[in-house]
Amino acid sequence: MRAPPSTVRASKLVTNAVAVKSETASIAATKSGHELLLFEALREGLEEEMERDPRVCVLGEDVGHYGGSYKVTKGLAEKFGDLRVLDTPIAENSFTGMAVGAAMTGLRPIVEGMNMGFLLLAYNQISNNCGMLHYTSGGQFTIPVVIRGPGGVGRQLGAEHSQRLESYFQSVPGLQMVACSTPYNAKGLMKAAIRSENPVILCEHVLLYNLKERIPDEEYVCCLERAELVRPGKDVTILTYSRMRHHVLQAAKSLINKGYDPEIIDIISLKPFDLHTIGNSIKKTHKVLIVEECMRTGGIGASLRASIMDNFWDYLDAPIMCLSSQDVPTPYAGTLEEATVVQPPQIVKAIKQLCG
Amino acid sequence: MAPQISTLRRALFMPAIASRFMAPSALSRSFSRSADEDCSTFTVDIAVQFKGHNVEPPAQVVETSAKELMKFFKDMSRMRRMEIASDQLYKSKLIRGFCHLYDGQEAVCIGMEAALTKEDNIITGYRDHCTYLGRGGTLPEVFSELMGRRNGCTLGKGGSMHFYKKENGFYGGHGIVGAQVPLGVGLAFAQKYEKVKGVTFALYGDGAANQGQIFESLNMAALWDLPAVYVCENNHYGMGTAEWRSAKCPEYYKRGDYVPGLKVDGMDTLAVKQAVGFAKEHALSKGPIILEMDTYRYHGHSMSDPGSTYRTREEISGVRQERDPIERIRKLILLKEIASAADLKSIEKEVKNEVEDAVAKAKESAPPDPSDLYSNAYVKGYGTQAFGCDRKHSTVVLP
Repeated sequence: MRAPPSTVRASKLVTNAVAVKSETASIAATKSGHELLLFEALREGLEEEMERDPRVCVLGEDVGHYGGSYKVTKGLAEKFGDLRVLDTPIAENSFTGMAVGAAMTGLRPIVEGMNMGFLLLAYNQISNNCGMLHYTSGGQFTIPVVIRGPGGVGRQLGAEHSQRLESYFQSVPGLQMVACSTPYNAKGLMKAAIRSENPVILCEHVLLYNLKERIPDEEYVCCLERAELVRPGKDVTILTYSRMRHHVLQAAKSLINKGYDPEIIDIISLKPFDLHTIGNSIKKTHKVLIVEECMRTGGIGASLRASIMDNFWDYLDAPIMCLSSQDVPTPYAGTLEEATVVQPPQIVKAIKQLCG
Repeated sequence: MAPQISTLRRALFMPAIASRFMAPSALSRSFSRSADEDCSTFTVDIAVQFKGHNVEPPAQVVETSAKELMKFFKDMSRMRRMEIASDQLYKSKLIRGFCHLYDGQEAVCIGMEAALTKEDNIITGYRDHCTYLGRGGTLPEVFSELMGRRNGCTLGKGGSMHFYKKENGFYGGHGIVGAQVPLGVGLAFAQKYEKVKGVTFALYGDGAANQGQIFESLNMAALWDLPAVYVCENNHYGMGTAEWRSAKCPEYYKRGDYVPGLKVDGMDTLAVKQAVGFAKEHALSKGPIILEMDTYRYHGHSMSDPGSTYRTREEISGVRQERDPIERIRKLILLKEIASAADLKSIEKEVKNEVEDAVAKAKESAPPDPSDLYSNAYVKGYGTQAFGCDRKHSTVVLP
């Protein structure tokens, strides 16, 4: 069953619980700039790119006249027309394939999965055609598609609507994958993903759409392969992404009060990892905690731990700790769902264990 | 197979045929060279009736010329030779993996090319060697790619199932059954978006016709009036399963329901030409249409399939005797006295030499450079590192 309108309203209500304003919001803490919500930032980035390049088009379910189930494309169909903001029937496999075919001729489509979990139906097109055609055609075709949509555990949406697909896509060669976590990086990554010649998966999170932040008025584009240093520190490196960034920041308040000095890095780029930024941090702190929302088995954390061990073994003073979601389908009951995902108290406990 | 010409048509066309027989001297060209240049048109009857679904079929006659028929003969002979050579190369283990041969089905791609231009796109599945050649590919490119050499059409990294020629509108070459059809709808979408006056022909087989994505994408193509033509190359067997064992309704041209369809004798090059021209017009003015090509493959599904466990040898040789596309064109050329049997034999010899030269050249050519392992995984400028599997042997910055 697709996300009913009541869920959209529900996610507006829980804003405060999740929208922890980041203490060191990267750049725009000044009076200039404008304030907006994360979904508006995505829309702004999308609109700017559509104005800039007529080949950019959007397709997905209810993106046009309905304005998008999370309002990311609201108003765009009226502005750019039905062909550029295309309402598709419920046929993920086929419209993803269609986007890949269109990209082969030079168009730059953005595929919206109403929920990332639905894109499992399109896995064949994403893995085999999207990821591989540049290689198997000997470079003849480029596939500049952006595949985006909300994923992650929401508010009691049930198991099938609480999926984290970043772990499934991370080993597909030819794909690039990023996760946005604030309005600033959401807009920047959207623009960068559209401009990239490679297929990019932009992972958004259901619970972060109503995050508010002040972003610059001037145009900016983030780097798809660079991690974000959220808070410099010297005791321990905490690597995280998407919603867990906010849980980490919440835990950090408590940790700082207790005298710890964590360095918090939002890895942003899930494929490939920004080992440069991560490595520099590890060389400074010598301890690593990974906090992620995907499952423990075969998750982003599993890959990241392996990469860190391969490259920075000599700099580690302690085994790499990793906090991930439980390896279970997400239950419906609120208390159980809370227990599936990593919560701030667990992060505090882990840091105490790691740092002493 | 006796042509089933209606009595009306017989009455209309007998005089034309008779006059040709009555003035043989006017036609005694003994050299195919002049036949190659002769563009004067004449009409030929199409033996097997078109069958329409929600559409009025095109006329049962098609215009052609001596030049066109000679080109058909030469091109189809070249394709036939190429597939036979590939068979031998596979058996000598120079071609590995999967090799799906198209011999028997040549009329489909040759007939299509006769009605299309480079503005039109073709996308097909893994039985793509001949379609590639039809779209302007060359024999050396084919054999080099099949043998995994660096000067193959996709640099030796695609293989038999991944031939592409973007500049000529050939979009492959795909391994997963049916997955190329939504891509084809995407190509048609781009044609509509960019206002290009061309049509996309998305080819698939009788096996793929049962894939959900065929119907999903057909709905979208019809909904948005995309210039897409679906071509079901029905060779009656989805690997080892006959059509009547896999489809409740094996009349694939009717399965579009609200989308019109046409059934065509896919072993008759001229019928294919007529149908494809008709379909192109339809797609540009009225929307998608399905063409079902009634065709046949002599080889098994691939080189690992003998092709005789699910069909009889008599069936295969029967089709070869009665419906072979090359023999049909040969008979037509001889009937119309466009060229002599000796001329046609010498064309076949010429084509055989072409193929043998290409094979020899491909055998000599170099395999890909080890650094090619990493090229084209991402578009230039990516700059990240990739490692060999033991993380020590090779470390490369992805270009």
